[in-house]
Amino acid sequence: MIELRFHSRGGQGGVIAGKLLAVAIFKEGKFVQTFPTFGVERRGAPVMTFVRISDRPIRLRTQVYSPDHLVILDPSLIQFYDVTLGLKDGGTILVNTDKDPSELNLPDRYRIVCVNAAHIAIQHKLGSITQPIVNTAVLGALARVTGLVKIESVVAAVKEEVPFKTEANAAAAVDAYNSMRELVLA
Amino acid sequence: MPQILALTGNEAVAYAMKQINPDVVAAYPITPQTSMMQKFADFVAGGEVDSEMVLVESEHSAMSATLGAQAAGARSMTATSACGLALMFEILYIASSYRLPIVMPVVNRALSGPINIQGDHSDTMGVRDAGWIHIFSENAQEAYENTLQAIRIAEHPEVLTPVMVTLDGFIISHGVETVTIFDDDKAKKFVGEYKPRYTLLDTKKPLTLGALNFSDFYFEHKATQLEAFNKSAGVILDVGREFKKTFNSTECYEFFEAYKMDDAEFAVVVLGSTAGSVRMVVDDLRSRGVAAGMIKLRVFRPFPHEELAKALKGLKACAVMDRSIAYGGDGGPVHIEVRSALYGIHPAPMMCNYIYGLGGKPIEPEHILSVFDDLKEAVVKKSFKRRVGYLNLKE
Repeated sequence: MIELRFHSRGGQGGVIAGKLLAVAIFKEGKFVQTFPTFGVERRGAPVMTFVRISDRPIRLRTQVYSPDHLVILDPSLIQFYDVTLGLKDGGTILVNTDKDPSELNLPDRYRIVCVNAAHIAIQHKLGSITQPIVNTAVLGALARVTGLVKIESVVAAVKEEVPFKTEANAAAAVDAYNSMRELVLA
Repeated sequence: MPQILALTGNEAVAYAMKQINPDVVAAYPITPQTSMMQKFADFVAGGEVDSEMVLVESEHSAMSATLGAQAAGARSMTATSACGLALMFEILYIASSYRLPIVMPVVNRALSGPINIQGDHSDTMGVRDAGWIHIFSENAQEAYENTLQAIRIAEHPEVLTPVMVTLDGFIISHGVETVTIFDDDKAKKFVGEYKPRYTLLDTKKPLTLGALNFSDFYFEHKATQLEAFNKSAGVILDVGREFKKTFNSTECYEFFEAYKMDDAEFAVVVLGSTAGSVRMVVDDLRSRGVAAGMIKLRVFRPFPHEELAKALKGLKACAVMDRSIAYGGDGGPVHIEVRSALYGIHPAPMMCNYIYGLGGKPIEPEHILSVFDDLKEAVVKKSFKRRVGYLNLKE
């Protein structure tokens, strides 16, 4: 079983990101589970979303405490919380930021990858310039960085589950995927 | 062909409602309403159901509108959660006393205060004596299946009693998992057409609903209501059997599922989503030679006292887990019932109660493991550290 934990703030689309990832992976024939822990339902409140992926039905109903991968939609959360708590050694941390991994003050025993999802989201007019909705771009990057899911499945999930700005969201995922291709290969 | 989809618990129940295709659905359209009604409203907007959707100004009105429509002979549904259910309280009793077979999915969430929107069983436990049949679900699949079965149970001519089907807030309601949605035709055939036995609009058989019953007939009215309620037990089992056969299911649709109980010495009695994690702990303990088992209670009202007593009789010790408080009672509401079920049973197991998970407090395998450890220790020491305790509470 592979487990992921998303850290985001209300309004960024972290919960939907978990759902889109689950739907995308489900399309590839695996069993999935995802659920959020909400704080209060307001913009800006920290939210965690958990995703489990398995070849067999998933009975476990707990939060994810030792994730294989972390996805950070808002880098400001890093200074307030020990976001890496329980992350397995060698696990990937994907961060939405314009900074370099070395500037993030995260332990170097992890594989830290940065994607400027906010920039990509703004280019596609997702959310506002101050509050871009970064979830679909982050998922595109995640597909590339972890290989957990094909970008085609992410796009299919977006088309099925996102009723507004569907094409823009799908394009943001693809752009982020392609931007990571260059970064990773470099 | 059945469809296998990745759905939230709320969406899974909305699919059940789509297949039920109620004549009328009334709902209060903002929080504490959940995404279940949002999904169902999509089906209405897309013309995939024939339902008349009525948006009302409160849950008190949602239940009133549902009740009115059902009394007029329409198959009617609503859904709610937490404080919304609390606001319906008055009308819940009226619906059951009118013997209206309303089915209502409820997302189990905490009641204020302090203000909290997360999962626990306080809301439906608070209306446990409202005369509604009360069925819990372990996962989204069960929430879907229980909703389909609930229609048959509620509308059975011997029962004619409303049913609430519950699913744990967020863990099931907002969590995505793999769900099998049965073939539309087959599901619709199972649910069947609604042929109301009595309706307000049938002028050939005039009917009074909402009459005044003082000391002359109120008590008698209530006694007949209880009689019908108790008949639902047999109907629940019959409907479960038919469902299992119709859909070739291997799951358990009885009052409770007895998991690895045949030779168990220690067991946990639990409701809802936590059963999934208890199941894993039981498997783990079994692999280490501990005779552990689980009772996953599915039907809370009517409570299966006799059947449960039989299932628990041979155990050395058992723990009942409650996700709500019964203030001043002997532990939580499930514990009160299970303890009462075992009165006069010999040999009765040692029994303790844990309150857990209030307001969405996480419940982890280690906590469940500690429950089994406590049971083993209690058997050796012949007493519990605490007969009613807490799990995962900050000291």
